[in-house]
Amino acid sequence: MADDKDVLRDVWYGRIPTCFTLNQDEVTEREAEPYYLLLPRVSYLTLVTDKVKKHFLKVMKAEDVEEMWFEYEGTPLKWHYPIGVLFDLHASNTILPWSITVHFKNFPDRDLLHCPSNSVIEAHFMSSIKEADALKHKSQVVNDMQKKDHKQLWMGLQNDKFDQFWAMNRKLMEYPTEEGGFRYIPFRIYQTMSDRPFIQKLFRPVSPEGSAHTLGDLLKEMYPAAIPNEGEQKRYQVVIHGIEPLLETPLQWLSEHLSHPDNFLHICVIPTPTD
Amino acid sequence: MPVSLLWAVDVYGRVYSLSTAGQQWEQCRDAQMEIKRVTAVQQCCWGIACDNSIYLNVHASDLPVRYQEETYENQRWNPVDGFSDRLLPSDRWQWSDITGLQHQPLDSFQLPSSSWEWEGDWYVDENFEGEPTEKEGWTYAIDFPANYTKDKRWNSCVRRRRWLRYRRYKAMDTWAKIPSQQTTLPDPFSDISCGGWEISEEPRGRLSLWAVSLQGKVWFRDGIYHHNPEGSLWEEVPLPGEVVQISCGPGDLVWAVLWEGQLIVREGISRDCPKGTSWAVVESPSPDVGATHVAVGVSVVWAVTKDSKVWFRRGVNSHNPCGSGWISMVGEMIMINVGLNDQVWGISSEDRGVYFRQGVTSSELSGKTWKAISVPRDGDRSHSSASASSLQSAGCFFCGEVRAQSVVSDVESDTEKGSADGASCLVTSASPESFVDAPSDPSDPAPDPPKPRIPKVTSDSFISELVSDREPGKPSKEVAPPAVVEEESTAGEGGVRSSSAGGVLSPSQSGAPLEWSNVDLEEAQGQQVPAGAVQDSTDTCSLSSVATYTLAMEDPYGADEHPLWAWVSGGGCNVDSHYQLNWFNCSLNMSSMAQSVQSMSLSVTPAQTAAWRKQIFEQLSERTKREMDNFRHYEQAIEQSVWVKKGTMQWWRDWKPHKWIDVHFALEQFSGPEGNKDGILFIYYNFYEEKKYLHAFINEVTILVPVLNDSKHTFAIYTPERTKQRWPIRLAAATELEMHDWLALLSVSCCDSRGIHGPPSKQAIWSTTCKGDIFVSEPSPALEAMPYPTPSDQMFWRQVGGHLRVVECNSVGIVWGIGYDHIAWAYTGGYGGGFFQGLASSTDNIYTQTDVKSVYIYENQRWNPVTGYTNRGLPTDRYMWSDASGLHECTKTNTKPPSPQWTWVSDWVIDYSVSGGTDREGWQYAADFPASYHGHKTMKDFVRRRRWARKCKLTTTGPWQEIPPIPLSDVTILPCAAQSSMEVVPLWAISNKGDVLCRLGVTALTPAGSSWLHVGTDQPFKSISIGAARQVWAIARDGSAFYRGSVSEENPAGDCWYHIPSPSKQKLKQVSVGRTSVYTVDENGNLWYRQGVAPSYPQGSSWEHISNNVRKVSVGPLDQVWIIADKVQGSHSLSCGTVCHRLGVQPMEPKGQSWDYGIGGGWDHITVRGNSMEPPRIRLPSLTDPLPALQSPISVRNTEVNGNPVGC
Repeated sequence: MADDKDVLRDVWYGRIPTCFTLNQDEVTEREAEPYYLLLPRVSYLTLVTDKVKKHFLKVMKAEDVEEMWFEYEGTPLKWHYPIGVLFDLHASNTILPWSITVHFKNFPDRDLLHCPSNSVIEAHFMSSIKEADALKHKSQVVNDMQKKDHKQLWMGLQNDKFDQFWAMNRKLMEYPTEEGGFRYIPFRIYQTMSDRPFIQKLFRPVSPEGSAHTLGDLLKEMYPAAIPNEGEQKRYQVVIHGIEPLLETPLQWLSEHLSHPDNFLHICVIPTPTD
Repeated sequence: MPVSLLWAVDVYGRVYSLSTAGQQWEQCRDAQMEIKRVTAVQQCCWGIACDNSIYLNVHASDLPVRYQEETYENQRWNPVDGFSDRLLPSDRWQWSDITGLQHQPLDSFQLPSSSWEWEGDWYVDENFEGEPTEKEGWTYAIDFPANYTKDKRWNSCVRRRRWLRYRRYKAMDTWAKIPSQQTTLPDPFSDISCGGWEISEEPRGRLSLWAVSLQGKVWFRDGIYHHNPEGSLWEEVPLPGEVVQISCGPGDLVWAVLWEGQLIVREGISRDCPKGTSWAVVESPSPDVGATHVAVGVSVVWAVTKDSKVWFRRGVNSHNPCGSGWISMVGEMIMINVGLNDQVWGISSEDRGVYFRQGVTSSELSGKTWKAISVPRDGDRSHSSASASSLQSAGCFFCGEVRAQSVVSDVESDTEKGSADGASCLVTSASPESFVDAPSDPSDPAPDPPKPRIPKVTSDSFISELVSDREPGKPSKEVAPPAVVEEESTAGEGGVRSSSAGGVLSPSQSGAPLEWSNVDLEEAQGQQVPAGAVQDSTDTCSLSSVATYTLAMEDPYGADEHPLWAWVSGGGCNVDSHYQLNWFNCSLNMSSMAQSVQSMSLSVTPAQTAAWRKQIFEQLSERTKREMDNFRHYEQAIEQSVWVKKGTMQWWRDWKPHKWIDVHFALEQFSGPEGNKDGILFIYYNFYEEKKYLHAFINEVTILVPVLNDSKHTFAIYTPERTKQRWPIRLAAATELEMHDWLALLSVSCCDSRGIHGPPSKQAIWSTTCKGDIFVSEPSPALEAMPYPTPSDQMFWRQVGGHLRVVECNSVGIVWGIGYDHIAWAYTGGYGGGFFQGLASSTDNIYTQTDVKSVYIYENQRWNPVTGYTNRGLPTDRYMWSDASGLHECTKTNTKPPSPQWTWVSDWVIDYSVSGGTDREGWQYAADFPASYHGHKTMKDFVRRRRWARKCKLTTTGPWQEIPPIPLSDVTILPCAAQSSMEVVPLWAISNKGDVLCRLGVTALTPAGSSWLHVGTDQPFKSISIGAARQVWAIARDGSAFYRGSVSEENPAGDCWYHIPSPSKQKLKQVSVGRTSVYTVDENGNLWYRQGVAPSYPQGSSWEHISNNVRKVSVGPLDQVWIIADKVQGSHSLSCGTVCHRLGVQPMEPKGQSWDYGIGGGWDHITVRGNSMEPPRIRLPSLTDPLPALQSPISVRNTEVNGNPVGC
């Protein structure tokens, strides 16, 4: 009998096999070998690519190196989205390993945020957690935590320590039983074909009548096109952590179990592959 | 918490019960008669019906109420006939009781009432003082009053034998009339209250039932016990006045209300005198307004005064039953009832709803607020349609067909006490007069009548009845009803007819019940016509307003949507402050409620089976396959690093003198070479100013044992080495929380290092410590390997939440536990709970668990010639208040609960159930201190002691669910083979009263089973075990062993007991049966093996001594033998309560050779009955060939071992 705890573990230990290749235009002293790595789905690109950088720097001159950034099939990859979201959004239904091109020049300032150090990632991560808790508990839980507790969350993510992270994150996932869920569900819906980065609105886990909202309820309100009409071909896939949960899955459960470490439920709506 | 019931009666006389787990009132459809009042306790409910008789509803239980009748057949030897029933003239009767004084032939035994039935016919008892007798059951002696033996000697001149027959109480779950055998009948009863079960634990089921008659007399029902639920007779209790109502609490509180509005308190109630001795008077809470109702609990008293005000009595307890003062409470009630845990219910005078007092805790007995219980009643719909039809036919309803309506006639008989027929006719004819207009002018908006003219309708027909009682003498009683009629007409003629009629009409218009509206216009009339005819009863009038209900015309609610309650009783309703009730929130929107209940449950249990959940699991594992399985050789992006957690603690240092010293504590965790996690524990200490450290590898830690006591939060860490030494690393954290944090962390770390996740396996070995902590160990196949098994000190134990005394399991994953309070629990399949939180614990199968145990202290006294026994001892004596040893002072005030987890839930009481017996005050006497005590004073006794007990309670969580309602003392589950296909698993148990029980419907999916089947025995039992092929062995309380014959799948309870003689001069106390081995432990700690047990002769032939210093034994499905042993010597220390494993057990050598010592001390219980993993065994064909039946449990089970048991 599988336990819900196993879902948390599976989510945390989700890995994407990735092949990093250096961009053709980079000036190298000798040919750069591709670099293969298992990337944690729940982490951030710039947080886990120190090895990649080190690998390619070996073949490059120091003066040719600017800030590293990544691109997949022409799309610059936003490091501040979790890796799993980037993969699901741009590269799901493609052949593995995921092939990412590494750039050290021409940083696309219009598309990407700069990431000079890990502290920037930490600040981004913590602000996400705080934002999520503002939605879930009016920030009460996160404000009650001490500095070292915040650090524990971050260190847990940075060092891939599931136990360390969840020992603290557990508190962020609690809610009063009589309310049946969080105040609002922290979620973000991503789509490829839009200029808007993502959809994020207030949405409660329980309807005013007291019934639990489902993933379907959320999409109906936020992104009706994602739900196939009666008798219609499915046009979109709704992907969370590389899987497609049924639309009747309760949203509160999803938020508790399939949220990223930043406490947001990242939902990717992508077109159904045509083949 | 088990489900229990709140009982209530509505104004129609219908009885309803509301389950603590339920959300609707269930009507008690069994009642053929309308019930006026009920008083409930956990096992039964008493009621007064409309015929004024008392009825008893004993709740059905799997444990039958049986009574053993016995009589003796006596014979004398003479040279002519041998033994015959021809006795000497000076001898006793041929059939007599045990003393010989009472003539008792078999046919003199009659059933006490029609509620009883005989269970079978008379039979001869063939058990004599724990020893089986010859076939006919005779015991012999030289002469009558003498010592009997089971053997016939040359000088045996007389003999006797005991005949037994059982009768059974059959009127379960039905209202059975209590027969009134007395010639002088108490006059009709008007109030009743049941309680007093806490006055003494024994004899069980003892209840005090107090009743009030219409004439204001109080009666006490004598002789109510478990075996005699009906009681035996009514005894009148002398009174200082006339009583209206009485209330009896679970303990020794009994209060009653007098006519005049004062209260009286029964004093002198004790174990020996449950009736009490005298009354004390307490004035009404308010000087002007008399009390009308009182309700008492264990240490609370609530009262209601005439003006419906509610009062709470301060300072009430067992020593001061009168309390010290009244406190006015919010709310207006017509009656109040105090149930278990001093919880309070009331019926509001405003809307007649049942209210629950929220927030009543032991520290805040008065609670916080009244909360309306708003749940629907079953059959509400049918009821509403019925009331609609009654509306239509209102005319005939109140005239001609009145008689057909039993409810109405009930009220009549109330008013008339079923005696004055003519008067009742008058009433019926009177009511139509006043009501019959209703349909004729239904749309009459009836301008609000002036308040005082609204007729008061008595809430309870009794009140008006009692009012009429107040008029002296019989004749006036018969006059009263006509007076009412007169009033009616006067009112009508007085020109206020429309308004008063309107007032009266409203109930019929709204379809509200008229049955209960015993219209009592006296008050209205009294105010209206000050010099009226019934002026002589002004005081009566004011009394009649007592507990009355003003019919508000403004809200014409229908009865269907608003039940009107008359009486509520929570004496059987077990809720406490942290219990979640679903009684309050379904009033507004039923459909949304149902929906939200559904959605709530989605995230709880059905979620386990929901399609979406299954789909997520499937997709996640697919994702793992797709994205990871082929890429395992890739490098991980994040390297695992070392993670350190530090803290400060105290350590019980290894060198002498041993004491607690401050240390720094650090746990370093890292990933091992194969990705598994590991860690090292460091303890940094100072040794003569020199910094040193001690370390332990996490993967070598075998167990973490919390050792909470009242002063320190300590825990012990064992490694195999430390187990050998009997000297663990003992650490103390600053706070309980800190200790739990460390324990949880260390435990996760230990489990990670050994790759143990999730719930225990079905093969797991379970054990409990003397603190009630539960540990589980995963056996390796090598554990039972021959010739080199895994040493038991290397077994890794992890803790499971909960608190149990006994835990038993089998290899299909059925696990049962028994708490210190004898409550049975079934394992839910989860893990964690207790202090394990988050990841170390499963979420959806962890429940609250409570346990209750007693703490004992002793009061010691020494005799001196001047003052007799005093608490002044000799200077050399023990403390006058001490523990059992006398070495430690334990006073009532300084004795604390065993650990901070426990809280007191009772006061100190004298414990009479001490071995050796006590006198009436609980004293035991002896010649001097440390000596053997006896229960009566002799000339040689100079000291005495008595034991005081106080209950404490612990609340924790764990993967356990309660199996109500029968408390158990032992349980056993059939050990199955590993791949057993057995559907229904036999499970036997002993109730804490010694009944043998067989559980039905136990399967791997429903481990709790469905119901108990009672297995008759002639004496109480204490231990039971079922082995392969359904061999059931049991130990009786007298220390003798029994084998149960003919237990099979078709006949799960078997058919008869075979008495097995005990080892000579030993009283057995525990038994365990494996595949073929039968082991017992006696009271002197000897372990015995039953020789000669064979499929054709399952009872075996004799006992063989194996070992001493044994406390408990568990024999597994492979015949492996594990024990809890005392006095195990380690290299540093001695331990008691140690887990030991018998080595060298083989099919041909089931007794084994030696012991291997495992974890301990402080262990209390172990079960290896889940471990059916066959060890990798070196096959020696010559060993197994001669005994093909013993090769595997399956083949044993297939042979019909019990097909024809050999009688002994």
